[in-house]
Amino acid sequence: MLVESPPEQRADDAPAPPRRRVARSLGLLVSVAILVFVMLASLAIGAKDLSLDQVWHGLFQDTGSYSDVVVADRLSRTVLGLLAGAALGLSGAVLQALTRNPLADPGLLGINAGASAAVVTAITFFGVTSLSGYVWFAFFGAAAVGALVWFLGGSRGATPVRLVLAGTAISAALYGYIQAVMILDDAALGRMRFWTVGSLSSGSASTIEQVLPFLLVGCALALLLARPLNAMAMGDDTAKALGADLNRTRALSMLAATMLCGAATAACGPIVFVGLMVPHVVRSFTGPDLRWILPYAAILSPVLLIGADVIGRIVTRPAELQVGIVTAILGGPVFILLVRRRRTAQL
Amino acid sequence: MKTHRAVRTPGGLSVRLDVRALTVVVLLLLAALTASVVLIGTGDFPISAADVLRTLVGEGDAGQEFIVTELRLPRVLVGLLVGASLGLGGALFQAISRNPLGSPDVLGLGQGATAGALTVIVLFSGTADQVAVGALVGGLVTGFAIYVLAWKRGVHGYRLVLVGIGVSAIVTAVNGYLLTKSDIVDAARAVVWMTGSLDGRDWAQVWPLLALCVVLVPLVLANSRGLRMMEMGDDVSSALGVRVERVRLVLLVSAVLLTASATAAAGPVAFVALTSPQLARRLTRSPGPNLVASLCMGAALLVTADWVSQRAFGTDQLPVGVVTGVVGGVYLLWLLVTERRAGRI
Repeated sequence: MLVESPPEQRADDAPAPPRRRVARSLGLLVSVAILVFVMLASLAIGAKDLSLDQVWHGLFQDTGSYSDVVVADRLSRTVLGLLAGAALGLSGAVLQALTRNPLADPGLLGINAGASAAVVTAITFFGVTSLSGYVWFAFFGAAAVGALVWFLGGSRGATPVRLVLAGTAISAALYGYIQAVMILDDAALGRMRFWTVGSLSSGSASTIEQVLPFLLVGCALALLLARPLNAMAMGDDTAKALGADLNRTRALSMLAATMLCGAATAACGPIVFVGLMVPHVVRSFTGPDLRWILPYAAILSPVLLIGADVIGRIVTRPAELQVGIVTAILGGPVFILLVRRRRTAQL
Repeated sequence: MKTHRAVRTPGGLSVRLDVRALTVVVLLLLAALTASVVLIGTGDFPISAADVLRTLVGEGDAGQEFIVTELRLPRVLVGLLVGASLGLGGALFQAISRNPLGSPDVLGLGQGATAGALTVIVLFSGTADQVAVGALVGGLVTGFAIYVLAWKRGVHGYRLVLVGIGVSAIVTAVNGYLLTKSDIVDAARAVVWMTGSLDGRDWAQVWPLLALCVVLVPLVLANSRGLRMMEMGDDVSSALGVRVERVRLVLLVSAVLLTASATAAAGPVAFVALTSPQLARRLTRSPGPNLVASLCMGAALLVTADWVSQRAFGTDQLPVGVVTGVVGGVYLLWLLVTERRAGRI
């Protein structure tokens, strides 16, 4: 009885009637419209507000004027928000399906702990001080720990509970190391406390170029996994009977989640809450079908992340509040309200 | 393998004993006590185990008497009590939420206590006692908030967990904000507190914890039958005659009190509440909440970790919380690997 089994299965696992499918497709279009709106807001709003004309000018007729420079700067952090948000949402949804655990977040399998340990090592022992210098360390740490969890979790015989426990155990050991370094080295503490809250302000063209390939491959892989993961939601035996290859699906899901979460964490620090919350919100109106959950999560997660970034720029103008803090403080209450109001769709 | 034995008295009373679980509990208790004696003997002024035992029964010389009873014994007792409270609290939370990740760390109690302590450290630069009070208030308020927010004609385990992670995320963000806003001296102090430390604990911390454990542990154990039934789901257990909502309330309040006061005494020592129940379950190989085994496991884990941190890094260099994660994590991994090799999943 380690993992809560859903007490009730939803009756509508059967193919959705055409009207529902139309509604869901329309909803997807509306979500894209909201995303575009939020991205425009992110370009226009900040320490200096720009008009839509100026944004347009900066985007398409860049002449190097003051407002054009501002737009270019905001564009890179907006794009980073788009990519990282989609990555976090997708990896959260995949991991929740893989482990069949509603508490699974992108950090669950030790990926964040690996990235954080690598960053703290980079700061203390290699003297790396620039944000773009962290990226490769963080990504390497995340990937190494993801692989380690996979092998310790039993590789080909991995079960959800074993993966979760292996991830937890490795996180426990790594956080001990991180805390020890932060206690012994004040300089590391000074930098880590800003890195751990998570921020999009590191967004620059070079950061984006570094993580882009991983994000694109990871996104494609995650979206392709919707069908086999759907089968696995019904339990290992049923999934096998339905023809799903359990080991391959698990290995590919781990790979996708590690690439997505590792790259996003490398670029903007450990922002786990997006990946935890958005799949739950999405599931409350799409139901348990991952073919809908994954695209919705990929579109709505950036809405949350970029929206939170914009709000963080407004509330403490001209300074800014890190996006990780705003996401959780705004998203937390919304999440609790949703959990209370709707009959949350179980995994 | 025969693991259960029924003990029958002539009067017609009978008790079903799980032999393996009982053995594990006895061994863990022995481990905790041995580690305590060794830990009392460890430090700048080493004392042999025999001398420690002699001093504890009142026959040591005056110098050892002072070091043992005034300096090291209270610290070890705080370690044992905090470990036991966290182990029991973790087992309760995991059983109530029916989720191996549903520990107080994940549900936001640890973060709530941290928020209380950080507020005192960063905004008021308070003393150690004020920090403890802040942590206690923070933990209790968070526990109350989670229960109230999750209440909707009863508290369903699933909703409790989801509301818990929502609250946890908010409080974690507040903590991160407080840390970025503090100056580096306060931040360093806060990080040591957040790691969990037993340095300088004395009798003033022992008595309240002991009193709380004396009241709450029997109360929890008296309700553990109901908890075992509840693992089968709310409907089945109410059909079997368990007053689900009342048992859950009593156990949740106990778990929150245990966790919050342990955190107030030693800081949010990482992963004891999360790993102890899992380790205990793997050792006893018994389903069900394994409350007593988790309690002993927590105590043994924390005291052993404290000893390791003193031996490995020198006296009072690094707080115990650094090592609990490593010791608990590595031990859990080792158990997972051996379990796999033995063919048990």
